[in-house]
This record gives sequence, structure tokens and C-alpha cells, in this order.
Amino acid sequence: MNKENNIKDWYLENFNQFNKVVSDDIFKSLRKEASAKFENSDFPTKKDEEWKYTSISPILNHEFTPSPLFMGDKEVLPIIDKYLIKDLEVHLLVFVNGIFNKELSKIGEVENGIIIDNLYNLSKNNPEFISEHLSTKNDTNNSFNFLNNVFTYDGFVVYIPKNKVIEKPIHVLNIASNINKPLVQPRNIVIAEANTEANIITEYVGTEKSEYFTNILTDISVDENSHITFFKLQNESNAAYHIDKTEIIQKASSVFNHFSLSFGSRIARNDINTKLDGENIETHLYGLYLGNEEQHIDHHTFIDHAKPNCMSNELYKGILDDKAHGVFSGKILVNQIAQKTNAFQSNKSVLLSDEASIDAKPQLEIYADDVKCSHGATVGKLDEQAYFYIRSRGVSAESARSMLIRAFIDDVVSEIKIDQLKEKVSDTIFEHLHREKF
Amino acid sequence: MIKIKNLHANVEGTEILKGIDLEVNPGEIHAIMGPNGSGKSTLANVLAGHESYEVTEGEIIFENKNIVEMAPDERAREGLFLAFQYPIEIPGVSNSVFLKTAINEIRKHKGEEEISAKDFLALIREKAEVLGMDSSLISRSVNQGFSGGEKKRNEILQLLTLNPKLAILDETDSGLDIDALKIVAHGVNKFKNDNNAVILVTHYQRLLDYIIPDFVHVLYKGKIVKSGDKNLALELEERGYDWIIKEQPQAV
Repeated sequence: MNKENNIKDWYLENFNQFNKVVSDDIFKSLRKEASAKFENSDFPTKKDEEWKYTSISPILNHEFTPSPLFMGDKEVLPIIDKYLIKDLEVHLLVFVNGIFNKELSKIGEVENGIIIDNLYNLSKNNPEFISEHLSTKNDTNNSFNFLNNVFTYDGFVVYIPKNKVIEKPIHVLNIASNINKPLVQPRNIVIAEANTEANIITEYVGTEKSEYFTNILTDISVDENSHITFFKLQNESNAAYHIDKTEIIQKASSVFNHFSLSFGSRIARNDINTKLDGENIETHLYGLYLGNEEQHIDHHTFIDHAKPNCMSNELYKGILDDKAHGVFSGKILVNQIAQKTNAFQSNKSVLLSDEASIDAKPQLEIYADDVKCSHGATVGKLDEQAYFYIRSRGVSAESARSMLIRAFIDDVVSEIKIDQLKEKVSDTIFEHLHREKF
Repeated sequence: MIKIKNLHANVEGTEILKGIDLEVNPGEIHAIMGPNGSGKSTLANVLAGHESYEVTEGEIIFENKNIVEMAPDERAREGLFLAFQYPIEIPGVSNSVFLKTAINEIRKHKGEEEISAKDFLALIREKAEVLGMDSSLISRSVNQGFSGGEKKRNEILQLLTLNPKLAILDETDSGLDIDALKIVAHGVNKFKNDNNAVILVTHYQRLLDYIIPDFVHVLYKGKIVKSGDKNLALELEERGYDWIIKEQPQAV
């Protein structure tokens, strides 16, 4: 308890400091309100049902400094070339320690009305827009989410007005530095009005072994008949902590694809909550988690079928080596009026070592009677017979394992419809597993 | 080529092979026949080095080396090939990457250079043509979405491309219609020459109409109980296995 109070005090002291540094802006009252809530809330513990497989106590052992506090410090610009997606034209937004960097970013021309920007800039130039669209509902928030609100400062914002399409994908690259042990807290907003389309690739990276804490809040609103695909590549430093809550709301006849591709960090916790608030909605949640050494990767998904005639499809696959620990908790709620719901969930993991482990918890809550729902979770080893087959052609044991890993994750990877990104993800997979690429 | 001496093998503690002796010389085709459960597939898998099988006694001398302790990939690099009864699908790994990796590992083992992209493509085209296969399959994932017949044909394509010294075909004929059977047999006959050898594991005589064996062996309860020439296969087709089984001394 002491440790927790100490760390809360640390962040609250930082907040006092923050108020002196940051001039008055439209977030002032939001931050103040959040700081009170933060002060009165407790960090989740393993006694909380939603956190029973994930201990966050290592995060509380560190004093991270909210990055806006050392913004003035002279810092060498990071080299971003290796993170760019080869041969893919994008709108590039680069954030260093959660703060937009104009020099490194390159946002192309877009049609009138479309906004691809950062929260800080918009709060200065278009405060009405922010006031209108920044969600302040926080009934599901925990201490981490309040902490994000306490220091609301920057993040990326994408707004697509009715009937517009953003042709080029948007690549949001978040780089953490290896000095100052930063607390990096993006507050991201995506608003897709009716009949719109966009692909958004978010990526979180840090230099090897650097210690920092990324604590993200993202709101995504997908209006009628819109098609939005959202990727998150989490390739943080293996000493970093990563907590992300993404809230999605979908309206009638929209299609939303979410990819959580998880490679890095010491502890990662992802909450992906989506509400299907209209008819004929399609939702696809894909996930890939690769853990080695002592990594802990937790995904909690929640799909709320609030209206009839919708379909959701969830496919999560994990590969865990060494002493890595995976968690998958997938909740599907089908409300009483949500008749003709189709909801499918599948979670499969492969353990490459005897010390790796996974906790899988599917939860179906169904209150409608005319629905098709299924879930399945499997945990296993690489297929012995396939391993023998590949080796019987002269392929070495190590290469054969790489091929089997590639085969195991293929149904997730093949859903990435941007070839250049698919290539980048494939490269990352094998880099992460220290294996040969196929 | 290969000399199998008093080979005993277990799977999960149960003895399946109970003393097999067999010698195959370059230029020969041997057919191994026998009723279900006699140990035919086990023999094929043990020869290829499947790690679920434990060799408890005996030797497998392949090209003058005892390969009993060798890993399956080493055996393959030494020139042994097993065409699988149930070929495996490998989604996300193309036939091209798969075969090229295999060819290059074998080449490396022989101290040869890696195959060039151009030579590789030419090789695949040539071999695919023998089997009436479209060479576009090369960019498809290994066996994924292939019909049973296509999978078996793909095994023979691998055989032709890797060009081993000894090919073991495990029930390659099962599940094939007569046209597919002819194509597969044609592929095997193309492969065959005076310097290599084939072991055909089969339940039916039908394949032997198209690939003529020099020797036919009957496996029963983990032992070779009868050997002969191609006429033995014809006799088995007519009379079944019962007469051979009845000739066997009863187990004590």
C-alpha cells in the first residue's frame, strides 16, 4: 500500500509542477477533475477480476516523469528510418515521448475538411473541435486511465468528414527516448463520419533496454457505413511498460478491423472495447502476441453486441518462448435485443518452451435467443508431424521451426491487406524470435 | 544403398518392428506390402527418422553409414527421401521458398553453391511438366488447399526436384484415381535410374502395374514373412494375405 501511495504522490507532485509549466488551455478543468479521481482511486491488483493474471506492481516501482515536464531539454532527434514502412506512401506523424515532432513528420495533402493533426496543435487552433469531440466519459476508467487524463497534452487526431476517403494510410510513429524515464501518455482520437474510409497504422517503439512507461487512451468512432482499419504495432523496448485502452463505437453498416500486433515491452496490457451500436455491423479483432524472455503480454477484449444483425469475429494468436506469459481474456456480450448476432472468437497459442505459459479466458454472455456464437481456445506445441515433414526434406531444425511459426500465424498475417505492412510485420516477427525469416 | 539389419522399433513403448532385415541395391525397386497394422508405415517413418519412433535394436546402414542416430534433416541431406502418406499443409510458406530452402541445404551439405533463381525456376518448370502440374503452384503455400491427389503429386514433384538416392513412398497410391495414379507412377519412373533406388510401401497391387518392382516383401506383425518377385504381388491381389498369415507359426 505504501509503495502505491508513494507513487501516487509522485505523480500528483508532478502534476503541480506540470501546472506551473503548461500554460492555461482547454484541458485545464479536465485535468483537475482527473487528478481528483486519480487521487481517490487505487491501482488495480490481482484481486480485481479483470487483472487477476497481470501484476502491475513492477510499474509502480518506478518513478516515471510525465514527458511534457522535460520538453524544453535539448535532445538529439531520433533516427526514424528503420521504422518507416518500405515502399509505402503514408501520412507520417512522429511523436517523441508522446509529443508531436513537426520536423520528423510528413503529412501529405488531404481533401478539404479532413483533419490529420495532433491534439496539442488542435487545442490551440481549433479548441471548439476538441471540446466537441474529446470524450470525457470515464465510467470504465481505472487509475491508469485517470493518470492519462491528469496529463492530457498530446496525441494524434484523425477526423474524416462525411463521404470522404483518406487514400494513403496514416502512420503514427511513437518513439520513446532512453533518457529521463519518461511517462508517455498519448491521447488519441479517431472520428470517422458516415461513408468514410481510412487505414491507420499506429506504432510504439523504443530503444533497446530503455525504461519508460507508455500509457495510452484511444477513442475511435466509426459512423454509419464507414470502413476503418486500425493497426497497432507494439514494439516497445523490452524494459518498457505499456498500457493501452482503446474504446471503439460503431454505427450501422460499418466495418471496423483492429489489429493488435504485440512484440515488445516487459509488461503490456491492452484493453480493446468495442460497442456495436447499430445494425449490420461487422467487427474484426485480430491479435498477434509474441513473447520471449520474461515478457508479460495481456489482451482483454470486450465486444458489446447492442443491436441485432451484427457480426463480430475475433482471432488472436500467440507464440510464447522462454518464460514469457500471455493472457487473453475475450468477453462477448449479446444484449437481449441483439437477435441474429453472429459472434466468433478464437484464441490459439503455441508454447515454445516448458516455462512459457498462457491464461486464456473466453466469456460469452448471451441474452438473445436467436444467435450464432462460438469460442475456442487452444494451447499447444508446434505440430510435431509438420516439423518432421519439413525436416525430412533436409531443412534444418531451426529453419523448420521458423516455417512452422510462420504457418501458425498465417491466418492473422494474411488478413493484413497492405502488402508493405505485412512485410514489415513478418520481418518484426522473425527479428523478435531471433529466427530466420520465411 | 541401404542395409537394414534386425531392426526393432517402438512407438510409445509398444514394439511395432520386430526384427526387419532388408537390403536394397542401386537400381532396384522394392515393394513392401502387408495387411493394415503390419508396420509398413512405421518402417517408412523409422527409415526417415521420425522422432516418435524409438529404434531399440538393429542397424540401418545407408550409403555405408549407420543412420539410426541421425536427425531426419541430416538423413535427407545424405540422400534419403520419404513421400508422405498424408502430406502436411504449411500455410504462409510458399512451395518456392520451401523447395529452395531444401535444395540449398542439400547443396550446402554437398559443398555446392546455392541454386540461382533462374536455375531454380527452370528446374521447377521442367519437373512440374513431367507431372502435368501448373508451375504457378510454386507461389502457393505448401499443400494448402490442395486436393488429396494434388498433395500426392506435390510429393513426387519434391522427389524429382530434390533427386535423392533413395526414395521411400509411403502409400503414395492411396486415395488416387487411376489417372492420378498413372501420373504419379510416371513421375517415379522418370526419377528411377541405375544409381538410385525406390522402396514402395503399399497396400494394393494396383500401383505395381505401373511401377514394376524387382522384389516384393510381405510385412506381417513387424517382420518380413515372405519375399518374392512381382508375381508375389499378383498372387496377393488374387488370394489376399490370409494364406500367408496361416503359414506363420502361432505366437506362443
